[in-house]
Amino acid sequence: MSYMGFIPTQIEKTKIFQAVASGTRIDGRKLNEFRKIKILTDYIGKAEGSAYVELGDTKVVVGVKISIGPPFPDTPDEGLFVVNAEFVPTASPFFEPGPPDENSIELARVVDRGIRHANVIDTKKLCIIPGEKVYTVFADIYVIDHAGNLFDASTLAVVSALLTTKIPKVEVKEGGSVEILEEKFPLPVNNKVVSLTWAKIGNILVLDPNFEEENIMDARFTVSIDENGYIVSIQKGNPGYLTLDDIRYSIEESLKISKELFKLFPGGHSNDKED
Amino acid sequence: MSKSQVKLIDENGLRVDGRKSDELREIKLEVGILANADGSAFIRQGKNKIIAAVYGPRELHPKHMALPDRAILRCTYRMASFSVQERKSPAPSRREIELSKIIREALEPAIFLEFFPRSVIDVYIQVLEADGGTRCASVTAASLALADAGIPMRDLVAGCAVGKADGVIIVDLCDIEDKEGEADIPMAMMPQLRRFTLLQMDGNLTKEEFNKAIELGVNAIMKIYNLQKQALREKYLKIREEVLSGNNNRR
Repeated sequence: MSYMGFIPTQIEKTKIFQAVASGTRIDGRKLNEFRKIKILTDYIGKAEGSAYVELGDTKVVVGVKISIGPPFPDTPDEGLFVVNAEFVPTASPFFEPGPPDENSIELARVVDRGIRHANVIDTKKLCIIPGEKVYTVFADIYVIDHAGNLFDASTLAVVSALLTTKIPKVEVKEGGSVEILEEKFPLPVNNKVVSLTWAKIGNILVLDPNFEEENIMDARFTVSIDENGYIVSIQKGNPGYLTLDDIRYSIEESLKISKELFKLFPGGHSNDKED
Repeated sequence: MSKSQVKLIDENGLRVDGRKSDELREIKLEVGILANADGSAFIRQGKNKIIAAVYGPRELHPKHMALPDRAILRCTYRMASFSVQERKSPAPSRREIELSKIIREALEPAIFLEFFPRSVIDVYIQVLEADGGTRCASVTAASLALADAGIPMRDLVAGCAVGKADGVIIVDLCDIEDKEGEADIPMAMMPQLRRFTLLQMDGNLTKEEFNKAIELGVNAIMKIYNLQKQALREKYLKIREEVLSGNNNRR
């Protein structure tokens, strides 16, 4: 199906394997070390919330847009949250224009699940008229440069964007029509979530794989953890397998390392944090 | 996730359908149910009814997708419009596209794809009725269908969901437990080799709860694996009987 990558040269493969076997990486990192992370919020003026995230050379932009629409019939008093991912052709020679393929659908759904199951957004507070009108929060991920580990970069970006999202107040008129006001209020947020993605190379797990590592990895393993230290979502990917020890090790390490990631988020609704 | 309004575990510790926390639903597996497919299998797990068909190894179209050193595996998971309460549009949903990918990646480590360069193995999974845990049941059925097609494999792949309802770790979630429970962990593994090839999770779990859930899941998968082997054996016993009784009307 959609194999996203190139056939690696033997010399490159050997280099990565040898590095990993000796406890280091081709870019000099430790096995359980993230690349440098940079988060800018309020990056897109026209979006209700936005973030630009760099994870090493990987770059993603997330914009949050708000609209008003009907709720789902089974949750009449809750707002909606929709995540979509676009792999734009600027990002990689392997991305082509066109409708989302299975890779971008998987990315969007994994990011969505982490945020949904950590209850990041207080969707009950996004109800305008029960059963009729609720706020819908759209988070659109645009991958600008693909240098590996889109999952963690995208989760950081979507959560950062949500933390700085301000949504317009509305007034319910007589007869049930809704008027959108100029005044805005912060998106009600309950919790934060981060994801940590591991790549299994040979028999060794490495955190935050770069493009070269992803290109030769056997299995991918993403763990999403909320601010209270609960595991909220997991996704194994790629044709490869994990042993019970692999799973236990990566969960244990992820729980430890996640604490550092939470410090990177923008502090609530303060604006314009350059570097 | 939405905390359950309904009671999923009663005062005797039994579940909505009367099962114990580590009890599987009734599972029926049948191999070789389709005349046209190279391999096929049917699974009924609770109210789940799923058919898996395997075509191939066969010539791949479009040809530019072919790989020089191995076969590619294609997997299509689809739900029938009437398989769920609200009619599902027959067009593939984002969920079906993701699950097709996840199931393919769960089966791929078990198959010797390198034996069939430049070809394709197609796995088609049709969910006729859904009752929670369809992706795991699909993997169980699909790996049987692959074995039925005579495709060389390292091991079968068996799947089962585990999760949490009313604070209790439970095995083989049914529809309500899946929707109202606090966590859902679909998993699949190659049982002999103890290799996990599918692992997802949604919900809210501590590390201890997660480890307990995995442990129960592995036990459940070993039980399903025995049923798989039994189903394969039964097919060949049937053929043997037919041959011995002299009325072999098979193709």
